[in-house]
Amino acid sequence: MKSSEGLHLKTYCLLFLMVTFGPVGDILLGKGMKMVGVPLAWTPNEIFHFFLRAFSSPTVWLGIGSLLTYLICYTLVLSWADFSYVQPASAIAYAIVALLGHFWLHEYVSPRRWLGIAIICFGVLLVGNTAFRTTEHH
Amino acid sequence: MSLEATLLALIVFGGTAGELCITRAMKVVGEVHDFRPVALVGVFARAMRIPWMLLGLSLMGIGFFAMLAMFSLENVSFVVPFTALTFAAGAYGGSLFLGERVTPLRWAGIILVCLGVLLVVQGKG
Repeated sequence: MKSSEGLHLKTYCLLFLMVTFGPVGDILLGKGMKMVGVPLAWTPNEIFHFFLRAFSSPTVWLGIGSLLTYLICYTLVLSWADFSYVQPASAIAYAIVALLGHFWLHEYVSPRRWLGIAIICFGVLLVGNTAFRTTEHH
Repeated sequence: MSLEATLLALIVFGGTAGELCITRAMKVVGEVHDFRPVALVGVFARAMRIPWMLLGLSLMGIGFFAMLAMFSLENVSFVVPFTALTFAAGAYGGSLFLGERVTPLRWAGIILVCLGVLLVVQGKG
C-alpha cells in the first residue's frame, strides 16, 4: 500500500470512529443521567450520593467510554491532518444523529432539519475534496 | 459587554482556541504511526508535557463551563445555534495560528456546514 493511501485510510478510519462514538456517547450519557435523576437537595451528602448513583450506572460508563474513544481519535487525527479539515468533516455527526433518530427511534424530523442535513452533507463533501494536510510535514 | 455576550464569546472562541492549541501540541508530537495501546499511552504522555496541550485543555474547560453557565441563563435552543460559529472560527484560527491553507472550496464547505448545523439545531422538535 502506498504511504498516501495509508494516510487516507487512517484519516477516514479515525473520522468514522469519531462520528460514531461522539453521538453514541452523547446519547448514552444523556440516557444514563436521565435514569439517575436530579439530586433531591444541593447538600454535600446528596450531591455525593448523586455522583455515586451516576457512576454506578453502566449506561453512564458506556457513555464516558464512548466519549473518551471519540476524544482519543480526535486528538490522534490532529497529529497529521488540518484542524480546518477535521472539525467540519466531523459535523457529519449531526446528520448521523438525525438519521438514527428518524430510522431507528422513529422520531419526527422536520423539513427544515432535512434541509440542514442535506446542506451539512454537501458542505462536508466539499471539505472532503480538499487536501487534509496543507502544512509542512516533518 | 453583557454577561450573555461574554459567555457566548467564551463558548465560541475559548472552545475553538482550546482545540487549536491541542492541534498545535499534536503537531509537535508528530504523526502517529503506531496505534498499539502501549504506543498510544506514550503519545499522550508526550503530548501532556507540551504547554500547548495544557493551555488547550484549560481553554476547552473554560468553554465548557461557560456553556454550562449559559444554559442556566438562556434556553438550549438559543445557545446551541451559536456553536455553529465554531466551524468558521476554527477555519480562520487554523489559517492564522497553524498556517493551514484554507482554500475557497474549503471555505465554501465550512460555510455550508455552519448553515446546515444552524438549520438542524433550529429544526429540532
